[in-house]
Amino acid sequence: MALSAAVLLAGALALTSFSASTEARQPSELVNATPTPGAKYQLVGKVVKGYETKGETTYFRVRDRDGTVSVPVTYAGRLPDPFRADREIVIDVVKQGDVYVGQVGTLITKCPSKFTADKTDS
Amino acid sequence: MINAGHACLIVAFAAALYGIAASLYGARAQRRDFVASGRRAAYAMAGATAVAFVLLEAAFVRSDFEYAVVASHSSTTTPLFYRLTAMWSSQEGSLLLWLFSLGLWSSIILFITRHKLRALAPYATAVLLGFAAFFAGVMLFGESPFTRAERIVAEGAGLNPLLRDPGMMIHPPMLYSGYTLFAVPFAFAIAALITRRLDAEWIRSTRPFTLAAWCALGFGIVLGARWSYHELDWGGYWMWDPVENASLMPWLTATAFLHSVMIQERRGMLRTWNVSLVLGTGVLAILGTFLVRSGVLNSIHAFGASTLGLPFLILLAVMIAGSIFLVASRQDALKSEHRLDSLLSREAIFLLNNFVLVALCFVVFWGTFFPLIAEAFTGRQRNIGPPVYERFIVPLALILVLLAAIGPVIAWRRATAANLKRNLGGPALLGVVVLVVLLALGVTESVTALIMFTFGAFVVGTVMQEFWRGTRARRAVAKESVPVALAQLIKRNRRRYGGYVVHVGIVVIFVGVAASSSFKDVRDVALNPGQSATVGGKEFTYVKPTSELVAAPNGRLERIVFGAELRVNGKIMHTSKDYFPSQDTSLGPVSRFFDGEATTEVALDASLGKDTWAAVAPDIAKLRPQIEEGDKVFGNAADELSDDQANEFLAVALQGLTDAYADNPPPARFRLEVNPLVTWIWIGSLIAVLGGILAGWPAKRGLTKIASAKYAARVGKEVREPETESVPA
Repeated sequence: MALSAAVLLAGALALTSFSASTEARQPSELVNATPTPGAKYQLVGKVVKGYETKGETTYFRVRDRDGTVSVPVTYAGRLPDPFRADREIVIDVVKQGDVYVGQVGTLITKCPSKFTADKTDS
Repeated sequence: MINAGHACLIVAFAAALYGIAASLYGARAQRRDFVASGRRAAYAMAGATAVAFVLLEAAFVRSDFEYAVVASHSSTTTPLFYRLTAMWSSQEGSLLLWLFSLGLWSSIILFITRHKLRALAPYATAVLLGFAAFFAGVMLFGESPFTRAERIVAEGAGLNPLLRDPGMMIHPPMLYSGYTLFAVPFAFAIAALITRRLDAEWIRSTRPFTLAAWCALGFGIVLGARWSYHELDWGGYWMWDPVENASLMPWLTATAFLHSVMIQERRGMLRTWNVSLVLGTGVLAILGTFLVRSGVLNSIHAFGASTLGLPFLILLAVMIAGSIFLVASRQDALKSEHRLDSLLSREAIFLLNNFVLVALCFVVFWGTFFPLIAEAFTGRQRNIGPPVYERFIVPLALILVLLAAIGPVIAWRRATAANLKRNLGGPALLGVVVLVVLLALGVTESVTALIMFTFGAFVVGTVMQEFWRGTRARRAVAKESVPVALAQLIKRNRRRYGGYVVHVGIVVIFVGVAASSSFKDVRDVALNPGQSATVGGKEFTYVKPTSELVAAPNGRLERIVFGAELRVNGKIMHTSKDYFPSQDTSLGPVSRFFDGEATTEVALDASLGKDTWAAVAPDIAKLRPQIEEGDKVFGNAADELSDDQANEFLAVALQGLTDAYADNPPPARFRLEVNPLVTWIWIGSLIAVLGGILAGWPAKRGLTKIASAKYAARVGKEVREPETESVPA
C-alpha cells in the first residue's frame, strides 16, 4: 500500500511539475534559440551596468553569469534593495517585440551573504 | 596571527586523521588505550578549532584587514555586534563555524559516552572525525579563512547592510548547530550497523542530541523566516527557495524518526526504517550544505559557483553508498521483533505519520531538484513555483495535523471503538465547535484554512484532555493541588508531555501559516504626503517625509536615511530606506553616498490578530541633478581642500540634500500589507522549542527508573489487554 501511494505521489508530482514549470534560460540561450512568443521564461543572469529608471519602469540588460551576451529587460515593479550592476538576478520574463518584459513581483536578487566572486575552474 | 590560525587548522586536521586511525585500530585490536586516544584526538580537534574560531573573531573585532576575509566582509564603520557576525557571512568563516559546532557537539557526546557504548563509540568517533577532517581539509586546501590579503586596505568593504540584523547573530549558528548535531545520531547509527548492535541503546544515548538538533534546526528555520518577513523582497517568511528547502528536509525526516523510534523502543519494530531515517537525515544535512556551496542550483541563498561542489558531492556519494551497503548487509540484525497487529493502533498511526512526513520531504526534494530532473529529461532546466509545492504540501499537512490529534491517544497494538470514542470524542467535538463558530463568523474564503483550524482545535483538544486526565489521576492518588499535580505529571514523564507541548506549538504554527497565506492583503501604491490608502480594512495615511544623516561610532557618516511617517488607524509608524556609502572610488564624492548598498527598514506593528506592515521606496530621482552638481564641485575642489575641510563641506552638502527632500517631497511608493496571525508562527515555534527542551531534558536517574518500571508495567498491561486505554505514568 505504501509503495502504491509513493508511486501515485511521484506520478502526480511529475505530471504537475512538468505542466506548471517555467523554463530557466540564460540570456545567450534566449538569443541563440528563438523564444516562443508569449511564453514565460525564467531569466537568470547578471545585471549589466548602466540601467535607468523612468517613472515606475526600470530599463536594464541581463547578461550571462559567465559571459557577455545580454538581453534587454523592462520591469515595472519595485526593485529589490540589493539590485545593482553585476548582481545576479532571477526574473520571469515574456518576450514582447525585441524586449523581455519582467513579470511584476518575480524579480529576486541573491541573498547578500552570498555575494562572492565566482571561483570556478572554467 | 594569521599563521597561528592556519596552524590551528592544520592541528585540527591532523588530530582528526590521527583520531580516525586510533579509533579504528583500537576497535579492531580491542585496545582501549587507542580508543581513548582517538577520543582525546577529538577533544584536541575541537580545541584547535575553537582557538582558530576565536582568532578569526578577534581579527573581525579589531578590523584586521591583513585577513582577506575581514577586508571583504567587515569595516571599521561596521558596528561591533555585526563585526562579530560578519565572520559567518563569508564562505570561509561559515566553514569554520561548521567545524567549530561539529567539534563542540562531538566532544560532548564522546565525553558522555566514554564509559558506555564501548563497542560503538570508537566507530562513532571515527565517523565524527571523518566529517571534521573533511571540513578542515576543505578549508586548508580550498577556502581558508586565514588567507592573507593581497594588499592591506585602509578600510574594508563592510558587512552588507541587509545582513545587519539581530537575526544574523542567531539564525546561521542555530542552523549550523542543527546540521552538526545531526552528525551525532548519524555517526552512532553507522557504528551500530558496523558492530551489528542494533538494539535501542544507541538510540537512547543519542536521543538528546537528535532532539537538540531538531530544536536547533527548527528554531533556526523559524528565525530565518522571521528575518525574511521583516525584509522587503525576501518573499515573506517562506518562498520555497532551494536552500530554504534544504534546511526543511532533514528536519522533516528527523521529525519522522522521533516518532517512529518510539515504536522500536516499545515493540522492537521498524529497525530498518529507523536507522534509514537517521542516515537519511545525516545525508540531507550535508546535502543542504552542498546546495549552499556548490552553485548547482539557482538559489538566492547559494554562494556563486565554487570549487567546493565536487568535494561535497564526493562526501555525499560516500555517505549514501556506505549507508546503503551497511543497511543492506545488516538485514539479519535489523529484523523486527513484532509485526503490526492492527491498522487501528498507535503503531499504525505513527507509521502513517512517518509516511506523510517522508512524503512531505519527497515533495520538497522533488521541487528543489526539479530543475536538474527536468534537464535530465528535456535538456533544459525548468523551475516550479510555490503553487506546485502548495498543491501537494497543503493536503499532506492537513493529514499530518489530523494524525497528531489521533496518534497520542489511540491504544497500542489494537484500538477498539470504545477506546476511540472515549479518547477522541471530546476533542473531535471541540474541532466541530470551532468549525461552526468560524462559519458563523463568515470565515468561508478558504476551505483548506477552515479544515486546518478545525483539525488544529482537535489536536489542542486531545492534548488538553491528556493533561487533564493525568492531573486528575495524580490528584486522586497523591491528593495534590492542581498545579502541583500538573508539575509532577510533567516532571515524571517529560518525554510524553513535552511531546504534547510540541504538538500544540506545531499546530499554532500551522494555524498561523494557514491564516496568513489565505487571508493576506497587499497593495503597492504611490502617495503624496496627506494622502491615504486602505488595505485589509486599515487606513494608511502618509503623514510626512523624514530624512537624516546617521554617523557611525567612529564619527564617519554611516548612512543617509530617507523615510516616511505613516498613520495607520491612529497609530504612528516609521519606514525608511537607508543608503550606505559605496567603497567604489570611481563614483563621485556625493553620488557614492547614493549608489552604494541600500536597505529598506520596514514599519511593522505586530499583534496576535493582524500585523500591519509597510515599506517605503522614496523617489530620490529629483535629487540627481544636485547630486551630479555636488560631484563636479567636490571633484574640482579636491586638490584645494584638506580631508577635514572636504568632509565638513560634504556633510553640509548632504544635509542640504536631505533637507531639500523633506521640504519638497515627491510622491513616494509604498508596499502596504495586512497579515493575519503571523505572530502565531513565532509563538508556536517558541512553544515547540519549549516542548522539545522539556522532552529532551534528562530526568534524574531514580525518577527514570521508577518511570520506566511503571511504563513497562503499563505496556505489559496493554499488551495483555489491547483494548485498555493509555494512562499516564
